[in-house]
Amino acid sequence: MRLSFKIEGGDFTQAGQASSEVKKVLKQLGIDAKTIKNIVIALYEAEVNIVAHAYRGTIDVEIDDKKITIRLTDEGPGIPDIEMAMKEGFSTASKKVREMGFGAGMGLPNIKKNTDLMDIKSTVGVGTELIMVNYF
Amino acid sequence: MKVSELVNELGLKVFSGEKGLDNEITGGYVSDLLSDVMGNARDGQVWITLQVHQNVMAIASLKDMAAIILVKGLEPNENTLQHSNNENIPILGTGLSTFEISGKLYELLNR
Repeated sequence: MRLSFKIEGGDFTQAGQASSEVKKVLKQLGIDAKTIKNIVIALYEAEVNIVAHAYRGTIDVEIDDKKITIRLTDEGPGIPDIEMAMKEGFSTASKKVREMGFGAGMGLPNIKKNTDLMDIKSTVGVGTELIMVNYF
Repeated sequence: MKVSELVNELGLKVFSGEKGLDNEITGGYVSDLLSDVMGNARDGQVWITLQVHQNVMAIASLKDMAAIILVKGLEPNENTLQHSNNENIPILGTGLSTFEISGKLYELLNR
């Protein structure tokens, strides 16, 4: 099964819609509750990252009987130092984003903790690609 | 304990999500950092916060939380109210500070 979503940078009203949709589908498929929780946490963080940092992005979800693979690609400023971005507490979020309670530097670490595989590639000035896999 | 009992016991205002007043409460979580709540809150908890925008509801819904309590007389944004009604997760309000309402909730849930 495949699902696809588009995200606009800066549009916080839409943040979480893809996560909500994926959560519903996984529930319908009877996936174990703990696994769904992990996937939802990781996907929500990844969605918010695109909204908070990129200009626009797409989410492609592929579900088979063993795993879910989620690929998020964005057009945006990219991440100059991924190792630094993976550190808990490090954030480049704007003041406005921080005032909303985002930008605590917990997003990428939360994704890492809640996925079985996480791969992130970024080109400064072009964008970022994040692939997350969770096994059922 | 149900959300409706919490409303009565703590004298909370109900802003929205009345259909969720029968939600069962398993505990509480206090944080204004959304990633912290996303990563660490559990189903059925009541979330105490000062954030009033609709992303709070997105998180409460994704985490299957029982209700949200807004502190210090803060009021939810219009789109937050709508989201709350759609998801049947009540948004409640208190004039108390986070410290005071957390203490009261803790005492009530551990009585």
